[in-house]
Amino acid sequence: MGIFNKKKTEHRFSKPSDATIGQCFAKGNAITKASLFVFGLGNLLNKQIVRGVAFLAIEIGYLVYMITFGIGALGDMVTLGTAMQEEVWNDELGIYEYTLGDNSMLCLLFGVTTVMLTIAVVFFACMSLKSAFATQYRKEKGMKVPTFRDDLHSIKEENLHVVMMAFPIVGVLVFTIVPLIYTILVAFTNYDRDHQPPGNLFDWVGLDNFAAFFATSGKLAGTFWPVLGWTLIWAVFATVTCYVGGLVLALLINRKGTRIKGFWRFMFVISIAVPQFVTLLSMKTIFAGGGPINVLLMDEWKLIDSPIYFFTDPTLAKIVIICINFWIGVPFTMLSTTGILQNIPGELYEAAKIDGANAFTIFWKITMPYMIFVMTPNLITSFTGNINNFNVIYLLSGGGPTNVNYYFAGDTDLLVTWLYKLTLEQKDYNLGAVIGILTFIVLATVSLITYRNTASYKDEGAFQ
Amino acid sequence: MKAKRFITNTACHILLAVLSVIWVLPIVYVVLTSLRKEGGSYKSYIIPKEFTLDNYVNLFKNNLGGLDFKQWFLNTLVIALFTMLISGFMVIAVSYCMSRLRFKMRKPFMNVALILGMFPGFMSMFAIYYILKGLGFLETGLLKQIALILCYSGGAGLGFYMAKGFFDTIPKTIDEAAYIDGASKWETFIHITLPMSKPIITHTLLTAFMGPWTDYIFAKVIMGQDTRYYTIAIGLWTMLEKEYIQTYYTQFYAGCVLISIPISILFLLTQKCYVEGVSGAVKG
Repeated sequence: MGIFNKKKTEHRFSKPSDATIGQCFAKGNAITKASLFVFGLGNLLNKQIVRGVAFLAIEIGYLVYMITFGIGALGDMVTLGTAMQEEVWNDELGIYEYTLGDNSMLCLLFGVTTVMLTIAVVFFACMSLKSAFATQYRKEKGMKVPTFRDDLHSIKEENLHVVMMAFPIVGVLVFTIVPLIYTILVAFTNYDRDHQPPGNLFDWVGLDNFAAFFATSGKLAGTFWPVLGWTLIWAVFATVTCYVGGLVLALLINRKGTRIKGFWRFMFVISIAVPQFVTLLSMKTIFAGGGPINVLLMDEWKLIDSPIYFFTDPTLAKIVIICINFWIGVPFTMLSTTGILQNIPGELYEAAKIDGANAFTIFWKITMPYMIFVMTPNLITSFTGNINNFNVIYLLSGGGPTNVNYYFAGDTDLLVTWLYKLTLEQKDYNLGAVIGILTFIVLATVSLITYRNTASYKDEGAFQ
Repeated sequence: MKAKRFITNTACHILLAVLSVIWVLPIVYVVLTSLRKEGGSYKSYIIPKEFTLDNYVNLFKNNLGGLDFKQWFLNTLVIALFTMLISGFMVIAVSYCMSRLRFKMRKPFMNVALILGMFPGFMSMFAIYYILKGLGFLETGLLKQIALILCYSGGAGLGFYMAKGFFDTIPKTIDEAAYIDGASKWETFIHITLPMSKPIITHTLLTAFMGPWTDYIFAKVIMGQDTRYYTIAIGLWTMLEKEYIQTYYTQFYAGCVLISIPISILFLLTQKCYVEGVSGAVKG
């Protein structure tokens, strides 16, 4: 392997691209240091025109934005607007007119955007510094300074990830991170039904919303703990039942003795092919008071005298929901495990057979470790997915039966359906945001620990 | 020994048959209801007294009072296709980078993705709504559709776990062999890894394609009252609203059957690809 290693230099870093920002700044000459403030300077002065101009354009664009708009936006973010929309009597027209007050919602949104842009520009400043330092370093060592053509070529090799990741990362930034930061900030304001812009302003309230959730009494606290408890019970049951069920089903179908494998797989796949809301809504009708299950039990088999209302009794509703979720989830697990089961290296099985292992030993010593290795991230996603499983609960029971002791929630409401009700039905955006953050904290504590301790995170190459 | 194997095999087949019946019956119920001639919602029997295809025919007659099934179908198809392409590309690109390339931001990105995945999906939906409104995306119906595509595919890069897990199981030696033969990383990705990854690509594309057919929360929030631009899911959901349910209950099921057909066909094709691809890709 020796020929592949770059020649070691006396510096602590073997390539200039490995140097940290601090090293770049300390070891850089004046031009390199200035590149931190005038983007692309080091590149421009060393004939790397395209790279230099690109850096410079970013900086100029940012400065123009900040002067025309950004600085004002940052100020508004602190105050969240001061001028309230008011009715003003217009004498000439003889009507009341509304003055255009500040819109707290937009103040916050533009503020967040400006902060994000600033962070991006700081990142580009570091890139500019590193790029200038790399050029300076190569010049001093008498190495070739990469031209624009070399840069273009490098995106097929060592910089491939930059090209492939750029587009997805921008998407994630705009559609996930910025909205998320905005929402998290809303949790610290009083943006509720009584403070709706543009008619009203809302303002920072610090931790008041969180305090209401953790108060020893009060309707919010009295709703939060029971809902959280049910959310956790639900997530554990939903994940474990579907995973075990799906794995057993996949093994049953993939057994050597099983005939017409494709047919069996097809029978279970149909239920995935039907869109989930269709199956969920029909399940709801099937379990309804006048639905087929009650018809069967009452009229056909004469087992009961009056219909069972599956979604009216809290405990029964919970059990029924977990069962229906099992019906929905098992084919999914079956499908995803089938592929992985077939991907298990065949010689592992052959070796085990030669050593005289029986089917159970093979399952526990080879199939399970392999499956857990590959599927752990998947299991965690499905656990988090279940905590946030909106569709099943909302479409089946709608969170009902409604509990009068709760703050706009029902007995089968998960945190996430409660969040939905509070934001989109009640317009208590701040409370919704608090629930979102609390849900996150629950998930983070549960799964980050497990994930970091799993084999597939620590030792990615175990089966490569 | 032979007898024992026969018994286990039979038991397995019987078990599978019973399970299949449980999994198929609700779907049979959907089909039966869609063929029911008697209108109205719930009935005290399961098998319809009279069968008819009118429910299907009526869906395509524009007599639904602003509810235009054909239009919804087309809307959803277009949105689903674009979502599939954009987010399919994103997921495969990100998961390949995460699995095969080594760079400084790799672990941080994976951790950030994990953290972001723990926030409820639509916790920030009202923020997305206002961002899109601010960008002027909610002015016309067509722009709303673009906005919806962006919503569905924007954050797709975070859902790389499954595909990454698959790429992780492809032996590294195959890549190394390609490098020694002078292939660049890009060429290795296109000519070596991708052809070996058909199953996971179909899986990814399929999941992305099915998203718009089933989601109705985002669609509802973005489309508002603009029924012409509705996707299938919110359209059908509208049929179950109180003012429509008595009239459109059976048509709702007809619509459900109709949208399930294209997705089922796709599924059969991809199933074949999935199973073949996996067993053919890398055998130990």
